[in-house]
Amino acid sequence: MNKARQNPLNTAAMHGALILYTLIALFPVFVIIINSFKTRRAIFREPLALPDSESFSLIGYQTVMKQGDFFLYFQNSMIVTVVSLTFILLFGAMAAFALSEYRFKGNLLMGLYLALGIMIPIRIGTVAILEMMVATGLVNTLWALILVYTAQGLPLAVFILSEFMRQVSDDLKDAGRVDGLSEYTIFFRLVLPLVRPAMATVAVFNMIPIWNDLWFPLILAPAEETKTLTLGSQVFIGQFVTDWNAVLSALSMAILPVLVLYVIFSRQLIRGITSGAVK
Amino acid sequence: MQTRRIRWHIVVFLAPAVLVYTGVMIFPLFNTLRLALFTEVDQTRVYVGIQNFRTLFFDPIWSEQFWNALGNNFWFFLIHMLVQNPIGIALAAILSHPRLRFAALYRSAIFIPTILSFVIVGFAWKLILSPLWGIAPSMLDAIGLKSLFAPWLGKEEYALTTLALVSVWQFVGIPMMLIYAALLSIPEEILEAGEIDGITGASAFWKIKLPLILPSIGIISILTFVGNFNAFDLIYVSQGALAGPDFSTDILGTFMYRTFFGFQLQLGDPHMGSAIAGAMFAIILVGVCIYLFGIQTRMRRYQL
Repeated sequence: MNKARQNPLNTAAMHGALILYTLIALFPVFVIIINSFKTRRAIFREPLALPDSESFSLIGYQTVMKQGDFFLYFQNSMIVTVVSLTFILLFGAMAAFALSEYRFKGNLLMGLYLALGIMIPIRIGTVAILEMMVATGLVNTLWALILVYTAQGLPLAVFILSEFMRQVSDDLKDAGRVDGLSEYTIFFRLVLPLVRPAMATVAVFNMIPIWNDLWFPLILAPAEETKTLTLGSQVFIGQFVTDWNAVLSALSMAILPVLVLYVIFSRQLIRGITSGAVK
Repeated sequence: MQTRRIRWHIVVFLAPAVLVYTGVMIFPLFNTLRLALFTEVDQTRVYVGIQNFRTLFFDPIWSEQFWNALGNNFWFFLIHMLVQNPIGIALAAILSHPRLRFAALYRSAIFIPTILSFVIVGFAWKLILSPLWGIAPSMLDAIGLKSLFAPWLGKEEYALTTLALVSVWQFVGIPMMLIYAALLSIPEEILEAGEIDGITGASAFWKIKLPLILPSIGIISILTFVGNFNAFDLIYVSQGALAGPDFSTDILGTFMYRTFFGFQLQLGDPHMGSAIAGAMFAIILVGVCIYLFGIQTRMRRYQL
């Protein structure tokens, strides 16, 4: 390739800028995690030092384990995220298939209607959502959260998945029809496996906002037994504000699951963004 | 014309998505706008027309809070536009450089704050900026700028800007990724053609790449706008529902939460809350329309 764009000084400057920003991005996370393993004195005396044999302590984690019900919170977050994602993917793919495969009256209008929600945040309707959940008795259940997140995730899911489903070859589907497969079999057996990469992209896009949301758990499901990890750690940290060991440990424990998810799915996420799924 | 039978499979395919979307998103949205026209007198709902909005905009007790929150929200948005998006574009421009080593590593690391929840981000920065712990002052001391330190989150004049910058720190990954994707899709031939004409390095960025990624910058701007005008979590986590000190970090999201959900001694008022939601809806709608009809259609798109 060309030499005009390569220049050692430039390369060094580019790495310098990227390293600097990477440090800025990671520094707070790093400080929180190392200090969660230290004694209270060491936290204040040398906040930037790594824990050593003298300053190492797990007292914060012990407090968190004793006082907070983090396993329950984690389980709630897990249920809400997994069930919501399943609904978003299943319902979203079905609707996307209907919109991209069949020509019927109102197809375009239906597509536009479903796309409205991409730009309008669901939070605007919170007052009426809360009223509805109270009226149906769903308040303080995980179902309230699952329904809200499903509704919130569907517009973008339908939009992305129908773009991908338009690319599935018609010959394949027609061959299936000639063989006497029903429309349902064609969808589940032929089309769904082919759009799996797009489904993974949609899943990753929706996963993190659902897991991290504070607004709806705070309003719709603040009861102790339905707290999600995000709300649970917020309440816990609020109560233990002066116990720095406990606060730092709770923060580290909240960081961990997201980091694990990110390490597993980061390639999928980045491929999804860079493949132009959100143009 | 033949009478067509209803193709039930289309209905079956569409029904679940349309039902959930309509029932949990669209219907409550309009119901909220409708509730904004009512008020509660003696535990019964009374229709009052636009009275709630009049109270919100002109009654001194309400309007002061409303305009304060709205102004703060615009400042919050402005900082994102002036800091987050340029940094994101710059990082993407560097990352998209051909044959840059470790690009994937940098990219993944810089994106990490974006995946953390507001609870983590809010508390982590609160601890780091805290004068009690002293990480921020001692780091400033190390570069000889200790005199610049102040308890930023506790000062009325700095708190909002500080929080906006924390939010910028968290979300810089999103413009970076989207612009990075746009830059990668620029064909090599165009850049080579520019090189033959002597356009390389920085001028290639300004003269060739930047005009080509303008549509992506437009998308980022509208995403930032919508995101900022329904922001809530970061302020709530770090400053509480009262958005202290003295409401200096209050934005529309926290104002709406306080109003309809209530806090401490103030009782929740769903109807005033709906009115605020209505105002937020109008602001977001105006922003989206300006983008769709004013910016997106006028932007020159190049066929690549």
